[in-house]
Amino acid sequence: MAKPILKKVPISEQCPEERIKNFNEVPYGYVPGEAMKEAKRCLQCKNAPCITGCPVEIDIPGFIKAIGDGNFNDSIKILKEKTVLPAVCGRVCPQEEQCEKVCTLAKIGEPVAIGRLERFSSEWEAQQKTTDIPKTPKSTGKRVAVVGSGPAGLTIAGDLAMLGHNVVIFEALHQPGGVLIYGIPEFRLPKAIVEREIEYIKKLGVQIITSFVVGKTKTIEELLKEFDAIFVAAGAGLPWFMNIPGENYNGIYSANEYLTRANLMKAYLFPEWDTPIIKGKRVAIIGGGNVAMDSARTALRLGAEHSMIIYRRSENEMPARLEEIIHAKEEGIEFHFLTLPVQYYADYLGWVNNMECIKMELGEPDSSGRRQPISIKDSNFKIPVDVVIVAIGNSPNPLITTTTPGIEISKKGTIKINEKTGETSKPRVYAGGDVATGAATVILAMGTARIAAKSIHNLLQNK
Amino acid sequence: MNRILKKQVLAPGIKLFNVENKDIAEKVLPGQFVVIRAYEQGERIPLTVADVDKNKKFITLIFQEVGQSTFYFGSLKEGDEISDVAGPLGKPSEIECFGTCVCIGGGIGIAPVYPVIKALKNKGNKVISIIGARTEELLILEKEVKQFSDELYITTDDASYGKEGRVSNELSRLIKEGMKIDRVIAIGPGIMMKTIAEITEPCKIKTIVSLNPIMVDGTGMCGACRVEVGGETKFACVDGPEFDAHLVNFDLLMKRQRMYTIEEKESLGSLEKNKKLFKSK
Ligand SMILES: Cc1cc2nc3c(=O)[nH]c(=O)nc-3n(C[C@H](O)[C@H](O)[C@H](O)COP(=O)(O)OP(=O)(O)OC[C@H]3O[C@@H](n4cnc5c(N)ncnc54)[C@H](O)[C@@H]3O)c2cc1C
Ligand SMILES: Cc1cc2nc3c(=O)[nH]c(=O)nc-3n(C[C@H](O)[C@H](O)[C@H](O)COP(=O)(O)OP(=O)(O)OC[C@H]3O[C@@H](n4cnc5c(N)ncnc54)[C@H](O)[C@@H]3O)c2cc1C
Ligand code: FES
Repeated sequence: MAKPILKKVPISEQCPEERIKNFNEVPYGYVPGEAMKEAKRCLQCKNAPCITGCPVEIDIPGFIKAIGDGNFNDSIKILKEKTVLPAVCGRVCPQEEQCEKVCTLAKIGEPVAIGRLERFSSEWEAQQKTTDIPKTPKSTGKRVAVVGSGPAGLTIAGDLAMLGHNVVIFEALHQPGGVLIYGIPEFRLPKAIVEREIEYIKKLGVQIITSFVVGKTKTIEELLKEFDAIFVAAGAGLPWFMNIPGENYNGIYSANEYLTRANLMKAYLFPEWDTPIIKGKRVAIIGGGNVAMDSARTALRLGAEHSMIIYRRSENEMPARLEEIIHAKEEGIEFHFLTLPVQYYADYLGWVNNMECIKMELGEPDSSGRRQPISIKDSNFKIPVDVVIVAIGNSPNPLITTTTPGIEISKKGTIKINEKTGETSKPRVYAGGDVATGAATVILAMGTARIAAKSIHNLLQNK
Repeated sequence: MNRILKKQVLAPGIKLFNVENKDIAEKVLPGQFVVIRAYEQGERIPLTVADVDKNKKFITLIFQEVGQSTFYFGSLKEGDEISDVAGPLGKPSEIECFGTCVCIGGGIGIAPVYPVIKALKNKGNKVISIIGARTEELLILEKEVKQFSDELYITTDDASYGKEGRVSNELSRLIKEGMKIDRVIAIGPGIMMKTIAEITEPCKIKTIVSLNPIMVDGTGMCGACRVEVGGETKFACVDGPEFDAHLVNFDLLMKRQRMYTIEEKESLGSLEKNKKLFKSK
């Protein structure tokens, strides 16, 4: 056997100086030659640790081998057996925590670039004029309502449509896609890609009704009269604030609002598009996850001179994807670690102009296994700011649970489910994605939807 | 869905649309609102549902053209379809038999207070309405409000119609004259609601206001609509829009409403865009 190649085939990207001035995607993606070369690095391990590292158990060596052999059509087919959103997952999965983490090559060098290869396959498919639309079986006449059109909702809709059921997705916003549309920015996940994936699901016969707020327009109880089963995939859309003095001053946003204005409402195209956004010069982003990175990089593209991540732990504990942190650093995002805001100050018109912070140090590990930040007495200092984006987390919106008698929720507000089936405490109602797990990842949302699809199918067959 | 069945100009810059939407018409209660988006590049704008037809087929929206999105909305014609209408949103008004209720609407605030007046009257309350505008031609819904009011007082700032002055003056007068008031409901500009809260607080008259902060989604997912009530942060779109007036931080509300003053001017001033938009209509 040939000697293993220790480095990934590099991917070409927009250079940092250029890309911070536009909203175009950062990596360009592999061309076929590069992809085949990278695919050939794969050792095709018999035990395939990568498959166990993948929450939806994609046949990773299989699709990579197909790329290596130049059978791109086969590679996308293998991917689509397990994921309806390969173009999305290839771009946003935390591969370094999953498949690539356990890749055999990772023990001696860099793992196979599984994410980039997945992206390549989906890209190749998009360039073909025709996408294969699989034949859906004869209709079973059973009706399933899906609440929410994020990755969990789209996945289950696709799965159930392929089994012959009639699926209607109800979406509160005016555009389907969930976080993929309103949260993750264009430069990381072009909206045209998400729209393409949604078109595909519609072609399977799924109906999507937008501007329909379940719990308000109709309740789950009312929908149960019209549908045989319901899958709740409403995400974790309620933004947290820190409840510190001055947090309601002008210029202080939740990351949800900031990103919704920028992405869903296209405020970066203001005034061509009507929705405005405050373009700060000194922008502070509170938090250290993907949401914080996306906000910080968006602020930079909107013209910030200083875009500062304020994180209460150290770099090692940051939950963001590695690629996002690398990109953020290349672009000149400033990182203030072990720092916690305690109060905001404003001018006489109510505009935030200063943020008081306190220095932290790391103590013993907490329940999340990360070392707990402890504030250092009398270490307070001020940072001048004109926009602040609070990205400290989200939990499920209570709109649905408070209008659905008999549905049990956890202390954190997530809907309780049987993890093996996706069932909630209410008959014929299932749940998955962030609304059940708490804010997590695209691929986990898809995984939980897969499980629920199977048990809903069983329920409908036995009815 | 969302077809404009009827368009009527109520006053200069104030328009009424009857919008076909069965789901919302069947569900909506007084005090609730919808979020509309008139066209693809448009903002999401919250508007109170001012009325519902008795066959529950359409809802009535009454709005003032104040900026880019509402101007464009106002240019739509009968038969046009509105791209998006989501609702009904927010908590409904508390409608019970309280006794004597004074309902106050200032300017465009008359539109959202009207369904509350109607519901309170139908519930058996004695309803005293006070409505006001800057000048006579801007006064809307007088006939409709009158129909459900035991007494109606009208004010205009310039004395062109009714009494000269502000709606709050009329409330002070009623209180001074010794009227026993069980509840006040006031909807209008922030400064009006603040003044009314200051009048009723010393007399301990329960007062409800409907807050109109800037909103985006209207479903509790962004926090644009943050208001402070009793020292706590609330999301007006899901926790309100109605709150106890004596607990509201009106100064914060008014400051937050001015967050985009500069951008709003820029948007309206974007002539190129407007030419394109209105021509395409
Ligand atoms: C800014 C940001 C960046 C992220 N980056 C990454 C990343 O790089 N990699 C990764 O794996 N994960 C990332 N995540 C997390 C990931 O996006 C989520 O875990 C995933 O989208 C959850 O999917 P979901 O289908 O459960 O919910 P969502 O995507 O949240 O979709 C829920 C949908 O339900 C709708 N809805 C809510 N309430 C109602 C209602 N009452 N009626 C009707 N519809 C309703 C919502 O409008 C929404 O469209 C990121 C999240 C954010 C916010
Ligand atoms: C619950 C609620 C109910 C309302 N009901 C009515 C109604 O029945 N009739 C009516 O005429 N108006 C109503 N409003 C106000 C209406 O939403 C705004 O006038 C409209 O959004 C202005 O948009 P614009 O682009 O035309 O103006 P802009 O030029 O953008 O702004 C003009 C003014 O409107 C306010 N405003 C701007 N955007 C928003 C927004 N997204 N949400 C709220 N306010 C905003 C600004 O603070 C500013 O003072 C209501 C507001 C709320 C929150
Ligand atoms: S408008 Fe977004 S939370 Fe109220």
